[in-house]
Amino acid sequence: MSKRESFFMKYIDEYRSEALAQKVIGELRRIVTRPWVLMEVCGGQTHTIVKYGIDHLLPNEVELVHGPGCPVCVTSLEMIDKAHAIARRPDVIFCSFGDMLRVPGSAVDLLVLKSRGADVRVVYSPIDSLKIARANPGKKIVFFAIGFETTAPGNAMAVWQARQQGIKNFSVLVSHVLVPPAIASILQSPLNRVQGFLGPGHVCTVMGYREYEPIAERFNVPIVITGFEPLDILEGVLMTVRQLEAGKAQVQNQYPRVVKREGNRVAQELVNKVFDVCDRKWRGVGSIPKSGYKLRYEFRDHDAERLFEVEEIDTQEPSICISGLVLKGVKKPHDCPAFGKECKPEHPLGATMVSAEGACAAYYAYGRHLDLENRLAARRGVSVTPNEQ
Amino acid sequence: MGKANFGGIVKQVCLEYTPEVNAGDYVLVHVGFALAKVDEEEAARTYQLLEEMAQLAELETPDV
Ligand code: SF4
Repeated sequence: MSKRESFFMKYIDEYRSEALAQKVIGELRRIVTRPWVLMEVCGGQTHTIVKYGIDHLLPNEVELVHGPGCPVCVTSLEMIDKAHAIARRPDVIFCSFGDMLRVPGSAVDLLVLKSRGADVRVVYSPIDSLKIARANPGKKIVFFAIGFETTAPGNAMAVWQARQQGIKNFSVLVSHVLVPPAIASILQSPLNRVQGFLGPGHVCTVMGYREYEPIAERFNVPIVITGFEPLDILEGVLMTVRQLEAGKAQVQNQYPRVVKREGNRVAQELVNKVFDVCDRKWRGVGSIPKSGYKLRYEFRDHDAERLFEVEEIDTQEPSICISGLVLKGVKKPHDCPAFGKECKPEHPLGATMVSAEGACAAYYAYGRHLDLENRLAARRGVSVTPNEQ
Repeated sequence: MGKANFGGIVKQVCLEYTPEVNAGDYVLVHVGFALAKVDEEEAARTYQLLEEMAQLAELETPDV
């Protein structure tokens, strides 16, 4: 869970009960008969899994690979470089969620720009950047609107209010991404090993899970919409493995305490008024058709991409970084030769080492670069061979 | 707008998307917006299911 999110939940202690977790793992051991590869889609889930070492507690047959659900990680380099070009302008106050500041662009990151005098401000909510716009009528306020479907209602509301209230000096640089097309793209990849998914609980809080049903059917994979506490993850794994063992491929909801099948209709309505679906490039993954949101034409006066002509940028990605393969679940962070060596949170080479939701950062934060060797050795005997050529 | 208590820290939260929320409810908040009311019955039921399953697992596999 990234710092900009705060989830206030009852039952937190219950959903972290260790005794109960052991029982769920026991049940998993009892029912599993062969190796299965599961992907947790969301970076918040990756964080919980690595933090509590859930992947090491599971029976050897069940392997978890980490998915692309880290919004900061998948924001394309072109978009980051565009953000930097806009933030450099003296007439601009550039507002962003905090975890975007250290994400490397081709040349620098936002923090470096800030130290060189650019007015870059961290906001907790897009609404805060609207307040900054009201307080600074002589400046152009640009908010970096990144995120998955979970963040779309908040960002849509900021744009909506700016138009309603005639806040003309407020615009957004939109780089929204959508989960279902990414899942479909992973399943279509020839390198794919994933046989079942822990679906993204908070994305589905907004969108519901109807749109996952045709994916489960078409690709014959179970998708279990799953929460973020350790027991949520374990139950999600159990429900997925139960389906796999029974030869089923359905969408199930492990997280009914917040997710409903139809999602949050009020939020969907405003999101659809403000945003339109578009093709989107994902960092490390490439372009995925219909996998993003852009502003609708009616809101063009608040569209930073249109307002600030940014010339073609020649982007450069460090060649050593394999974050694209990590985001697709093909590789793990410790497969990267730079992990924990040239690449650390203090000097990240790729975006997956920056955000708390990034797999590389989570592996590093919980010491996996230290005990790597032992664990690799322990797992080697049982790991599933990827079907790469 | 409403006020939400995050384990002691009180913050402003936009309630536009959750018109059904009343004072005292638990909500899921993301970037300053309440996105869902936490369904306490479901929360209790999921937990209870897990507990029952645990008892079952205990009966069937006493050695784990
Ligand atoms: S460890 Fe660093 S260089 Fe390697 S994949 Fe992760 S972000 Fe890229």
